[in-house]
Amino acid sequence: MSQTRSFFKGFAIAAAFLIGSSAAASAFTACQITDVGGIDDNSFNQTAWKGIQDAEAQLGVQSRFLESQAETDYMPNINSLLGGECDLIFTVGFLFGDATKQAAEANPDQKFSIVDFAYDPAIPNVAGQLFATDEAAFLAGYLAAGMTETGIIGTFGGINIPPVTIFMDGFVRGANHYNARNGTDVSVLGWNVDSREGLFTNNFESLDDGRAFAQNLYDEGADIILPVAGPVGLGSATLADELGRDSLKIIGVDADLYFTDPEKRHVYLTSILKRMDSTVFQVIEAAINDTFEGGTIIGTLENSGVDLAPFHDMDALVSDDLKAEIETIRQAIIDGTISVSG
Amino acid sequence: MTDQTAPDALTQKLLQRAAPGRAEFEDLVIVPIFAVIAALILGALVMLATAVDLPTIGQSYVALIRGSVGSLNAVSETLTAAAPLVLAGLGLALGFRAGLFNIGAEGQIVIGGLVAVIVGFSVTGLPFALHLPLALLAGAAAGAFYASIAGWLRATTGAHEVITTIMLNLISYRILDYVLRQPFIQREGRADPISQSVLETAQLPQLLTWIDPNLRVHAGVFLVLGAVALAHWLLFRSKIGFEFRASGKNPDAARYAGIRASLIIIAAMASAGAMAGLAGANQVLGVLDRATPGFSAGIGFDAISVALLGRSHPVGVLFAGLLFGALEAGGRQMQVDAGVSIDLIGIIQALIIVFIAAPLLVRAIFPWGFRKSRQERGA
Repeated sequence: MSQTRSFFKGFAIAAAFLIGSSAAASAFTACQITDVGGIDDNSFNQTAWKGIQDAEAQLGVQSRFLESQAETDYMPNINSLLGGECDLIFTVGFLFGDATKQAAEANPDQKFSIVDFAYDPAIPNVAGQLFATDEAAFLAGYLAAGMTETGIIGTFGGINIPPVTIFMDGFVRGANHYNARNGTDVSVLGWNVDSREGLFTNNFESLDDGRAFAQNLYDEGADIILPVAGPVGLGSATLADELGRDSLKIIGVDADLYFTDPEKRHVYLTSILKRMDSTVFQVIEAAINDTFEGGTIIGTLENSGVDLAPFHDMDALVSDDLKAEIETIRQAIIDGTISVSG
Repeated sequence: MTDQTAPDALTQKLLQRAAPGRAEFEDLVIVPIFAVIAALILGALVMLATAVDLPTIGQSYVALIRGSVGSLNAVSETLTAAAPLVLAGLGLALGFRAGLFNIGAEGQIVIGGLVAVIVGFSVTGLPFALHLPLALLAGAAAGAFYASIAGWLRATTGAHEVITTIMLNLISYRILDYVLRQPFIQREGRADPISQSVLETAQLPQLLTWIDPNLRVHAGVFLVLGAVALAHWLLFRSKIGFEFRASGKNPDAARYAGIRASLIIIAAMASAGAMAGLAGANQVLGVLDRATPGFSAGIGFDAISVALLGRSHPVGVLFAGLLFGALEAGGRQMQVDAGVSIDLIGIIQALIIVFIAAPLLVRAIFPWGFRKSRQERGA
């Protein structure tokens, strides 16, 4: 008797579980796996996460995230979300390229979207998100060349990979464009467009490196620095904060650092926006509407996928002429009359 | 059950045989178990202090178990995470037994893994049965060489191995950065430091992909079991192992007994490095199929905790490594299910070590399971 009763009890619990889990599964769940910078890096991963949070607020999706602590975590992190109830998995970062491909091919029914990577040929269940960041960085380079007082500006990167160096390419070419147009001789330290060599911290984590690299560039005379290394740049901002913004200004990347790093907002001249939040949102929207397809989405100046942030507190420092020139160049880039790729 | 019915004399004999092991048993089994329990309780308090509510804490510990042993995939992840920890931990245990506090497993993993990768993709035309062992051996040899630098410095100049191994770690990172950028190593079409992919003939085969392609557990688990047996034999059955232990317990006595201290130091460091090198090879040949700057992932430092937790005993290291692997795999699930930060797992791991390192504290908190005194034992 008691055995049958406990059997029924077990059955009821199992049924309750089934109902519970199917109810949970009916809501769309978007999951993000961060790179080693972490979800709160004020920059890269955080911007992508903002896209998911926006979708949470506007489309009512559920969300989860997993942080990678090392490169060895990529694969197991993807695996642990496969068993879960993720309708769409976002892997954030170029370095996820191999792991995402492997997981996507092994699990053709699971939708993926990867930031900063595209597959050729396209994988049907992966939406890659690329950004023409050099378009916005070109404007930043032009701006920095127009603003520098020492005639030297600097940049450094996290790791020598395309989504990082594309910032530096645009930055250098924008400064060169300024030189060509105004007959100046502003030099950019930290990146050589032709030899593809430059300054790299070789990580996306160390704030100490961010400070040390900025110090080196400052010692070489740079008064505006573009760190392209996620949270590493926060260390550079600390240095600028101590030296004062008249000595050293920082250009943020990915997010508008004026808002994501409010304690040191006064050191940011502007930020090169990489609107992963908007592309992530688009992908989620497409997946909900069943219009998701593998391939590549490209964010440009034209579709606001990349942009230059407002100057905020430094607005008064930027001359109206320079602002007008930047606006002209922006239009020229969109029209295609100026090529940012050299 | 049976010993109660056995004749009294036999019981006495059995007890006598068991008695000397009792203190060891308490040290090896009961202290670690209570340390884990205490750490989990304190971990819960930490979560409470960071405004995580009680149901979420419960949920997160359920997730910890589910993610570590709750499914085939969980077990597979636990084993995959544990394998390099056990291998590197065994190496450190050998060093600890010889009285050498080797902090350099991380660097030895880097060098071992790097060389294993290079052999893994550059040697072509060999069959699997030769190529894989060759790559593994190359990794072990490279790790042994790298570690014996510190041993040699200690033996000839007296430079302390803690300092030299830490510095060698830093050097190994830069060597890795540099080598990965060389044209015959770097993957084609990439500007960042990443090696070419290991050929299929040198990969540790995945064992369960026929059940589910996402199961990552690979033949490295056999490597681990073999290494545990080897370390056990080396430490407790071989002459050199005796010399390791004698030097570790009392270097002066060992020297007066005719043991050549400098040789033992170098040999101990080399065998420690060989195990760590194998751990690196295990990662690149079994999990990653390539080397990147971050592939060592701090395993060499976690392995120090593993070796200490395992009381520098090969079997203890095996279980300690499994526990750490389980914490890693389960910690991931805690993030997924309960949204608890992965950093918390780091705190729990650290707490476990703190409690293990302070057995008296554990005995004071958990009086059960420990023999109070000799009088009571007699009763």
